[in-house]
Amino acid sequence: MTVASPRTPPLSSRAAAWASARAPTFAFAAALIVLPSILPNAYYFDVAIRVAINATLAIALNLLIGYTGQISLGHAAFFGLGAYGSAILVGEFGWPPGAALVVSAALVGALAYVVARVILRLEGHYLAMATLGLGVIASIALTNEVGLTGGPDGMSVPDFSILGLRVAGEKAWYWIFAAALVAAIVLAGNLVDSPAGRALRALHGSQTAARSVGVDASAFKTRVFVLSATAAAIMGSLYAHYEGFVTPGLAAFPKSVQLVTMVVVGGMASIWGSVLGAALLSLAPELLARFEGYETLAFGAILVATMIFLPRGIAPSLSARLRRKES
Amino acid sequence: MSQFLQSIFSGVTVGATYALVALGFSIIYNASGVINFAQGEFIMLGGMIAAFLVAAGAPLALAVVAAVAAVAAIGVIVAKIAIAPARGADVTTLIIITIGVSMVLRGAVEATMGKGGHALPPFSGDKPIALAGATMLPQSVWVVATTLALVAGLALFFERTRLGKGILATAHNRLAAQLVGVDTRRVLTVSFCLSAALGAIGGVLIAPIANTSYDAGVMLGLKGFVAAAIGGLGSGVGAVAGGLALGLLESLTAGYLSSAYKDAAAFVIVLVILLVRPSGMFGASISSRV
Repeated sequence: MTVASPRTPPLSSRAAAWASARAPTFAFAAALIVLPSILPNAYYFDVAIRVAINATLAIALNLLIGYTGQISLGHAAFFGLGAYGSAILVGEFGWPPGAALVVSAALVGALAYVVARVILRLEGHYLAMATLGLGVIASIALTNEVGLTGGPDGMSVPDFSILGLRVAGEKAWYWIFAAALVAAIVLAGNLVDSPAGRALRALHGSQTAARSVGVDASAFKTRVFVLSATAAAIMGSLYAHYEGFVTPGLAAFPKSVQLVTMVVVGGMASIWGSVLGAALLSLAPELLARFEGYETLAFGAILVATMIFLPRGIAPSLSARLRRKES
Repeated sequence: MSQFLQSIFSGVTVGATYALVALGFSIIYNASGVINFAQGEFIMLGGMIAAFLVAAGAPLALAVVAAVAAVAAIGVIVAKIAIAPARGADVTTLIIITIGVSMVLRGAVEATMGKGGHALPPFSGDKPIALAGATMLPQSVWVVATTLALVAGLALFFERTRLGKGILATAHNRLAAQLVGVDTRRVLTVSFCLSAALGAIGGVLIAPIANTSYDAGVMLGLKGFVAAAIGGLGSGVGAVAGGLALGLLESLTAGYLSSAYKDAAAFVIVLVILLVRPSGMFGASISSRV
C-alpha cells in the first residue's frame, strides 16, 4: 500500500494555488493587452507608456526601500546614467542599440555594486544623505561634461533597432514597456516569495535579528541594490530611445524624490502598490494641469494628506481595511 | 594671498548661512527624529516675504522682523497640521510628508509671487570694506555677527531655560521626558517654530547678497542637510562647524578648482566624511536596539 506523503498536496491543488496567486498578474496583463484598443490617440499611448516606465522603476526601487528598508534618494542617477550610456554609445560611437543597452546596464550594475559595498554600511538618515549626494554628483557631472553629454541642453538619441527591426512610434513602444512592466511584476513577485525574499523582509524588520538567524545582511542588501539599479538603467536606456532625447534632469534629485514618493504613496513592500503609486503620480500632473500655477501647491497638499491618513501607503492601508471588514 | 583671503571671506559668509540651516535641521531632528526636507523653504520664505514687504513700501527693519515672525508662525502651523498627526509613522513616510510640505510652501510662493527673482536692499549700504588686501561686503558682517549672536543665544536657551532643557530631554529619551512631565507635543511645536525662525533669519540675511526666488530653498536646504550630516545630526556644535567647513570648502573649490563643480564639492565631502565616521564629526555613535 502506498501512502501519499501528507505534506505534499496533490499536483492539481498546487497548480490551483499557483494559478490563484498569479491571477492578479494574468488579469493585469490581459488589461494591458486590451488597453491599446480603447486608447484614442498617440497622446494617450504616451501617457500609458510613462505610467508603465514609472511603475517599473517604482517596483525596482520598492524592492530596496520596501523589502530591505534601505532608502535611496538618488535612484534617478541610475536611470539617468543608463539613458546617457545608450545615448552616448549609440549616438557618438555608433554601437548597435541592443549592445549599448546591455553594456550600459552592466556598467551601472558594476557602479552600483561598488557604491553598495561602500555606503550600505550607513543607516537611516545617513544612508538617505549618501544616496542623495551620489545622485546630485551624477546630475552635476552630466550637466558639466559638455563634451560627452551635451551639457544642460542634453543630447538626441537615435531610434532603437534590433536585428534590423526598427522600433518607432508610441504603439510599438507601448508593447515593449508593457512587457517590461509585466516582467518586473512577475520577477519581483517571485523574488519576494522566495527564501531570499523572506530574508529581505527579515532585514527590514530588524537587521540585528536577521543577522543572528544567519541572514548575510550585507550580501543581501548589496544584491538588491545592484538589481534595483540595473533595472533602473535598463529602463533608462529604453526611455532614451523612446523619447529620442536625454537631459541631465533625468538623473536629478527631483526625479529621485518622485520615484520614492511613488513607492511610499503606493505602499512600501507592495508590488501592486508601486504600480498604483506610479499611475497616480504620473497622472496627477495631467489631472492637475487645469490648476495652472497651483500644480505644485496642490500636489504637495495631496501628498501630505495621503501620508497622514494612509501612513502605510494606499494599497496596504486599503487592503488592511478590507480584511478587517471581511472578518 | 588676497584671492585666498577673498575666498575665506565669502566662504565664511555662506558658511554662516549654512550653519543656520543646519542648526534648524538639528533642532527638529533632536525633538522629533524627523529630517525636515522643508527646512530650505523656511530660508526662501524669509527672503521672499521680506522682499515682498519692502517692495510694498514697508521700512526694511519692519519687513525683516515681520518676515521672521511670519515664517515662525508658518513653522508652528506645519508642525501642528502636517507633522503631529503623523507621529509614530515610518521614517520614510515622515520624509515624504516634509517633502510634501516643501512643495506646498514653494508652490504657494510660486502662485502668489511668480517665478522671478527678488532682492532685498543691504542692511547698511553696499560700500565694500577693505581688509588686508581683500574686500568684504558690510552685509557679510551682518551675516556672521548675527549667526554668532544666534548660536550664543541658542546655547543659553538649551542650557538655562526650562523649555530648552525639555527639548534636550525629549531628544535624549522621549518616554523618560514625558514621565518627568515634559510636554513633548509642545516640544515638537516649539522646535519647528525655532527652526523656521532660524531659517527665515538666514534667508533675510543672505537675500541682499544672493537674489532669492521661489525655488532658492531647494539647494540651500540640501546644503544645510549636508552641513548637519558633516557635523553629526543633532549636534549644535557640529551644525555650526559643518556649516562653516562647507562654506569654506565651496568657495575654495570655486576659487581654485572649478566653479562648475562647486555644488558637487559639498556632496563629495559628505560622502568621504560619512565613510570615515558614519555618524559625522560630532555625532554620537549609534547603536540600534533590537
